[in-house]
Amino acid sequence: MSERTKGLTRQQMCDRLAMEFGDGWIVNLGIGIPTLCSNFDFGDKEIIFHSENGVIGYGPLAAPGKEDLHLVNAGGQHVTLQPGAAIVHHADSFALIRSGRIDVTVLGAYEVAENGDFANWKMAGQQGGGIGGAMDLAACAKHVFVAMEHQTRNGAPRLVERCSIPATARGVVNLVVTNYGLFEITPRGMMLKEIGPGVTVDEIRAATGCNLIVPREVPPVQLRE
Amino acid sequence: MGARSKIFPSFAEAVRDIPDGATIGFGGFAVVGMPINLYGAVAAQGAKGLTCVSNSTRGGATLPPEAPDMGQMIQNGQVKKVVCAFTAPTRASQRLILSEYVTKGLIEAELVPQGTLAERMRAAGAGIPAFYTPAAVGTELAEGRETRVFGGREYLLEHALPLDYAMIRAYQADAAGNLRFRRSQRNFNPIMAMAARVTVVEVEEDILPVGAIDPDNVHTPGIFVHRIVKIPPPPEGWWPQLPASAGR
Repeated sequence: MSERTKGLTRQQMCDRLAMEFGDGWIVNLGIGIPTLCSNFDFGDKEIIFHSENGVIGYGPLAAPGKEDLHLVNAGGQHVTLQPGAAIVHHADSFALIRSGRIDVTVLGAYEVAENGDFANWKMAGQQGGGIGGAMDLAACAKHVFVAMEHQTRNGAPRLVERCSIPATARGVVNLVVTNYGLFEITPRGMMLKEIGPGVTVDEIRAATGCNLIVPREVPPVQLRE
Repeated sequence: MGARSKIFPSFAEAVRDIPDGATIGFGGFAVVGMPINLYGAVAAQGAKGLTCVSNSTRGGATLPPEAPDMGQMIQNGQVKKVVCAFTAPTRASQRLILSEYVTKGLIEAELVPQGTLAERMRAAGAGIPAFYTPAAVGTELAEGRETRVFGGREYLLEHALPLDYAMIRAYQADAAGNLRFRRSQRNFNPIMAMAARVTVVEVEEDILPVGAIDPDNVHTPGIFVHRIVKIPPPPEGWWPQLPASAGR
């Protein structure tokens, strides 16, 4: 996945979202692509990573051989603790979420609609689902960012007018990054904010399932060298 | 100690009285704090028609391959219903024993957002019959259910989820049942202990004398704990382990 002829790599996608995190933000990263946000170099910014299972202030993945079998993040990865970390139980962890203490949650998704609805817990035709903490996070975090591939494996668009599969939350998504670029959900709809390397606006339109607001000038995706 | 001892000699002894039809919470999150030995004991005990409450029905990477989990109880035909935050595989490559039983209509699966699951048990343990939450508003899970607007925002009514039994794992316990957890082992465990009529704990370290845990450092007070069993070293006891291929 690291080599792409055009567009953003998954790490670049997450780097772009991570650039938006403010100093002192409490951040919750979903399973899958979003976990890569923690690899970003935040410089002088203090970022506190929170995990649904009650870990406040986790750090990088544990080195092989240094794993603590009592310590995982929400994805089951063996992480480390930063100085000042704290542990709470699940009800307190979600009290923190529900009361709006999470500044941003970055989630993966199957679809994001132009009105800010998104779907990430139930695939088409599936019985049951895997919600985990996504509904609580999506309903309550101050910002909801999504990181996902622009199209499905079959070439269907993931940016859509209305979600075709059951929604996780309604009207909550602020920012979406895909391999094709950065998109903002505005009151007027889905806006192309920044364009991925080697991708054209026409290509993005053709791969998008909703109306796309394209400003006269669209800058390339900002990436730190 | 005047009251009957909470220290049980075996997992089998500690789960002997579970009746058919009981509602049992199993703690743990991604194997950390998962009562692996008690899963095995309930599977061997054989109670049927159980409602099982847990974050998910499967273990994870650090569960030894042969170790019991809820999948074993499902295959035994002991489970009537599950209440979980995950009732389907999260990856196409993943297989969930639960799925085929749900498809055949043999097991009812109630899917609950993780924070709502935790809070429903917290409410049960706190004497609160119901509460409102913004999670799941506007979704399929809220269809046909009561909502109410507070301060201009819509909330969904959720009911407390009391347990007959809680099966949990802790790091340390004293003979009075006071518990300490280590790192992310706490997760659902203290909440399930408070939501249950009978809490059974598998304990990692040797059981300490009463008073050996400073009152300020108790995570779950012994009044919520009824039965404690020390986990024997492997191979008699189940312990999480890194998969052979992990990171190497």
